[in-house]
Amino acid sequence: MASLHGQRVVRQEDRALLTRGGTYVADVADPLLDGAAHVTFVRSTMAHARITGIDVEGVRTAPGVVGVFTAADLGLGFAPMAVPVLPPAMARPWLAGEVVRFVGEPIVVILTERRDQGEDAAEQAIIDYEPLPVVAHPEDARNDEVLLFPDHGSNTAAVFGDEGDASEFADCEVVVRERLVNQRVAVAPLEVRSTAAAVGADGRLNVWMSTQAPQSARHAITRAFGWELDSVRLIAPDVGGGFGAKIGPYPEEMLVAWLVRHLGRPLRWLETRSENMVAMGHGRGQIQHITIGGGRDGVVLAYRLDILQDSGAYPSMGAFLPYMTRVMAAGVYAIPNVACHATSVVTNTMTTVAYRGAGRPEATAAIERAMDLFAAEIGMSPAEVRRRNLIDVASFPHTTPTGAVYDIGDYRRALDLVLDAAGYDELLAEQASRRASGAVRQIGIGLALYVEITAGPTAGKESARVEIRPDGRAMVFTGTSPHGQGHETSWAMIASDVLGIGLDDIEVIHGDTDLVPRGMGTMGSRSLQLGGSAVLEASEQVLDLARRVAAELLGVGVDDVVLDHDAGVFRQAHDAVGGASVSWQQVAVAAAGEGGSLAAGADFQASTPTYPFGAHVAVVELDSETGLVTLDRFIAVDDAGRVLNPLIAEGQRHGGIAQGAAQALCEEMVYDDDANPLTTTFADYTFISACELPSFELVAMETPTPVNPLGAKGVGESGTIGSTPAVQNAVVDALSPWGVRHLDMPATPQRVWRAIAAGHDLSSRQGT
Amino acid sequence: MIPASFEYERPGSLDEALGLLAEHGDEAKVLAGGHSLLPLMKLRFATPAVVIDIGRLDSLSYVRDEGDHVAVGALTSHRDVARAELLRRHVPLLAHAAGQVGDPQVRQRGTLGGSLAHGDPASDLPAVALALGATFVADGPQGRRELAGDTFFEGFLETALTPEELLVEVRVPKVDGVGWSFQKLTKRAQDWAIVGAAVLHGNGRTGVGLINMGPTPLRALDVESALRAGASASDAAALADVGTEPTADLNADEAFRRHLVRVLVRRGIEEAAAGTSG
Repeated sequence: MASLHGQRVVRQEDRALLTRGGTYVADVADPLLDGAAHVTFVRSTMAHARITGIDVEGVRTAPGVVGVFTAADLGLGFAPMAVPVLPPAMARPWLAGEVVRFVGEPIVVILTERRDQGEDAAEQAIIDYEPLPVVAHPEDARNDEVLLFPDHGSNTAAVFGDEGDASEFADCEVVVRERLVNQRVAVAPLEVRSTAAAVGADGRLNVWMSTQAPQSARHAITRAFGWELDSVRLIAPDVGGGFGAKIGPYPEEMLVAWLVRHLGRPLRWLETRSENMVAMGHGRGQIQHITIGGGRDGVVLAYRLDILQDSGAYPSMGAFLPYMTRVMAAGVYAIPNVACHATSVVTNTMTTVAYRGAGRPEATAAIERAMDLFAAEIGMSPAEVRRRNLIDVASFPHTTPTGAVYDIGDYRRALDLVLDAAGYDELLAEQASRRASGAVRQIGIGLALYVEITAGPTAGKESARVEIRPDGRAMVFTGTSPHGQGHETSWAMIASDVLGIGLDDIEVIHGDTDLVPRGMGTMGSRSLQLGGSAVLEASEQVLDLARRVAAELLGVGVDDVVLDHDAGVFRQAHDAVGGASVSWQQVAVAAAGEGGSLAAGADFQASTPTYPFGAHVAVVELDSETGLVTLDRFIAVDDAGRVLNPLIAEGQRHGGIAQGAAQALCEEMVYDDDANPLTTTFADYTFISACELPSFELVAMETPTPVNPLGAKGVGESGTIGSTPAVQNAVVDALSPWGVRHLDMPATPQRVWRAIAAGHDLSSRQGT
Repeated sequence: MIPASFEYERPGSLDEALGLLAEHGDEAKVLAGGHSLLPLMKLRFATPAVVIDIGRLDSLSYVRDEGDHVAVGALTSHRDVARAELLRRHVPLLAHAAGQVGDPQVRQRGTLGGSLAHGDPASDLPAVALALGATFVADGPQGRRELAGDTFFEGFLETALTPEELLVEVRVPKVDGVGWSFQKLTKRAQDWAIVGAAVLHGNGRTGVGLINMGPTPLRALDVESALRAGASASDAAALADVGTEPTADLNADEAFRRHLVRVLVRRGIEEAAAGTSG
């Protein structure tokens, strides 16, 4: 059997997903959930207010209502902080009882016999508010005039990095500064949040949750309520997208578990799309001030990034993400002097959390805009300025001024490959010709290089267990529970290559803490390099065990036993095909007969994170009369080390590029000045669709990492990281004839048109 | 995201539908394709006591040659309007625009009559109907009556239909050989137009309908007059926002809408004149 490594194996999980459909939490039909009541939350309609009265009498008498709970009824206090270093005074109450701090904050829990009755009953709740001054914008939060948590004394939740030294730029011929907004976006997974729970016959609590990390969710729930870890079984069935926002768990989800334990009645919660838009964590949300300085020869000498992170009302993972931005601040460049300082503040908006890239896209967006601004200032091509500052291929591992240790890379080759594939010179010629003719439709060419950190921020670990059943089939237990990444296929490929067992005879088990008690989940582009390496090591250990059993069965020494991968049987070394052999089934039965089992577990511990890199070129067409920007071409080199399954890796790149381009072109979670959310439906929140995207031109490049035995780096987020600044740079490039040097995202028609209109004003003023 | 409770009626005939409308009046909403009504109900912006589902009234789905005009049944889906050979030949502007509504799912379920009776100024087809000079046929307790397009759209989501009336047919004049163009600016293919324009011009016929330039679908009467008087495309289009009352929203403020409508109408006139889209 030829090795599957590098083969385009079609995803094994798709047949079921595309035919019978997935089994998401709302589809779970376990008998334990028979007669479950439905959970509905009454949510705040105010961004910041003191609650002066909660009248739920009308709710109690509404049809189908079987339970109503306010904060006072629960008596539970505060949910634990998701990130322990954040200020305890900023903890989120399980339900708001005294003060609400964002539109969408839960105040009352209603339980009804039918789900629709919950929405009717919720309309009967009367909440009296005394409005408080609202902090809608992080720049307003920073002056501490209005405090969300007076006990804390300020709106600052976290600070990272150093203030730096003003003399950094003293030796620079040219210094460029700009304020960049990396706007807040909604995560918008197709499956919204959902949790179901019921007490089993053994008295344990069974919790089904749409989560990226079932083991962590079990820990969080049991710790929050002081329960024994073993008293909860947590199951993540099929999960319809997470993108970081389902690392969770959220207070609503944990409350469902508590209520079931408290009431003894099974419950189901499935939020609506409008709830999801306001009450699931949002992504990004940084205001960045960049300063970049260097010589007119194109060499950058100093770079400084000051970050103001919007943490939302109750700080969580989002408040921590500037740490990741800081680690990756220098990008692919050998800049001698790099400083990054970040402040995370609270505002009266939904909490920000991890979102595809989680801190690294913000770093790349900043440095790649800065490089373009610097290039424009000195009149050099963006490609040439980048080339002159790249970290040299011979200098890996490379330590950056902000402390990242890049494992391995070849950034110059990535740049050359992408420019070549794009036909960069021809694009420049086409652009020059359109500019000369004054065409209404202009083109913009955007370039972005990136390096990011995966399986970080510290050295990661993941576990796996491989077991051969008496029928000769292999079971692979993984601690990385997928939500669309294709682990079932990839992990089976790895085990199959080691064991010589076909993909059809390998089952990948995940997501049920009874079957897989230990694991970290799927996030941060960690799964293949950590979870996959653990599967590889466990498979190799099982093979060792099997060879010993086979040696006994064959009556030869262990060293004389080889696995015939093609036939999936063990033979004596150098024995001809057709000679004595034993099958996996025979070996498994023999092992079981001796009271043992043919199984092994492995914890793979990486020595460091890995640093995927790449280069993206975006070509946009600008309709200068309407402001409409269309993405015409997208060319991407993404080096994620050695690729296990190109089909799956390309799928990740496609999705990532689309999601990143969407941030540049059309996505923004908008709050008004009173912190009312304005983009709460899919009519208003405009994520991108296939109609707005070209076919991506993907260029292969593989530089294996020495950090793990697969040679793999993460690929799940890199598309998002490179594409956002590539598209944004293309938009600004298209607008440069109008004197535009920067335009914040998203490049909506109105924003682009205004930039053009302002440019017209500018040129007419200059002409007089 | 779950509608408030309502009574559901599914008449099997036009007479039954009219009887239900007469009985329930403004307590009732008519459900055709559901692509406007159901989202409003799910968000509880609309809470009708009775929903009258006319989806089974197949007799209201047709495209017929009536000599000088084409009669289109109100329940004809956007998809069927887009594909109707009669319309493609005689009223290509309508067939083309119907193929640009929303996305394939919307076009499969959404209906011409539903779109017109809903009266949303951001919808594509009301402006197209105005540009074409279409006539609307309503049926109700007092029998059938014809309504001119110009007087049909009375206010935001309000039409000349009484609560007891059902829009049953749209009569569209044949405009063979007349230049036409359909222009709209959307952020994404399936979005409502930020601004749009339907232009018909040539062979003695002129009509310009505007999308999302005020509380109702509009005709650009000053542009039409200018064109009839022989003005150039850019001179005529400069009048496109005259008399409009564009609102501000997340996509566009008033100034941007006024700018856009002048651009799109100019492009529409130029394309109609070039005849390339015929």
